[in-house]
Amino acid sequence: MSKEYGILLISHVEGLATGVATLLNEVASEVTIKTAAGTSEGEIGTSFDKIQETLESFKEDTVLAFYDLGSAKMNLELAIEVSDKEVTFYDTAFVEGAYTAAALVQADASIEAIEEQLMSLKIK
Amino acid sequence: MVSVENTKKWLSLFTTQLIENKQYLSELDTVIGDGDHGNNMARGATALNEALDSKIPEDIPSLLKLIGMTLVSKVGGASGPLYGSAFISMAKASQESTDLSVLLEAGLDGIQKRGKATAGEKTMVDEWIPVVEAVKEKNLTVDLIEDSVQKTKDMKATKGRASYLGDRSIGHIDPGAMSSSYLFKTMIEAGVYSE
Repeated sequence: MSKEYGILLISHVEGLATGVATLLNEVASEVTIKTAAGTSEGEIGTSFDKIQETLESFKEDTVLAFYDLGSAKMNLELAIEVSDKEVTFYDTAFVEGAYTAAALVQADASIEAIEEQLMSLKIK
Repeated sequence: MVSVENTKKWLSLFTTQLIENKQYLSELDTVIGDGDHGNNMARGATALNEALDSKIPEDIPSLLKLIGMTLVSKVGGASGPLYGSAFISMAKASQESTDLSVLLEAGLDGIQKRGKATAGEKTMVDEWIPVVEAVKEKNLTVDLIEDSVQKTKDMKATKGRASYLGDRSIGHIDPGAMSSSYLFKTMIEAGVYSE
């Protein structure tokens, strides 16, 4: 079972991304939630290659992405530029933004309603 | 005039500098960032050397694009997408021109588009802006390159990881500006820039 939108979590630290995914799964069991965290060598950081591969692995055509710190955003933007998926990322607080989106996607909320909720969580 | 030959020489000198100064760059980054700039750039340098040893593109756009994509994939941190975007933008511009000032200006645009930094925010952009200007005016010198790095010391970071430190970022050289200074000094050394 899946929903219209998938959710991608991008973090510098693998444990951080998988932790947030665990939290999201609690309210969004039918939403595809994937993580792209750490460098290709498993160190702290983000990886363009990892983000790109994870994006392509979604069966959903549309992906909502959330990231922790600035350089994650830059790698994400680059990956979006070369991806066939429709990806929107949100400059929200990482945990709160992703949690809000996951809960609303699970509840079949419209993208407009989701984005309206996310607006107030924008911090960067 | 930028050529395949002098670009290869330039990059080989640049990667040598990055590997030699790996520890110093990380030390600069430890004070105001996350301490990985030296390691990240050295990893990118090693990957660049391998890429340029194995498959050597015969035209400038392909060569610059290979450099950009290697940096994006291998450097990590913020520097990967930033340096990568610079070379990818230079690759695009080189389809029209091999004039160094045109290419560097495109590179700077690529960095600013990706990182959204402007002058005075204590980033690599504070090294790129004066250098691009000097290349245009044909008065680039090693002194200008080094002075521009030193000027980042008194700036307060408002972009990048150092911005979380606010005023505490003042008094320290920006590591991205320092690694960019290696790029530009080796550009002169390789003869890519000539007056």
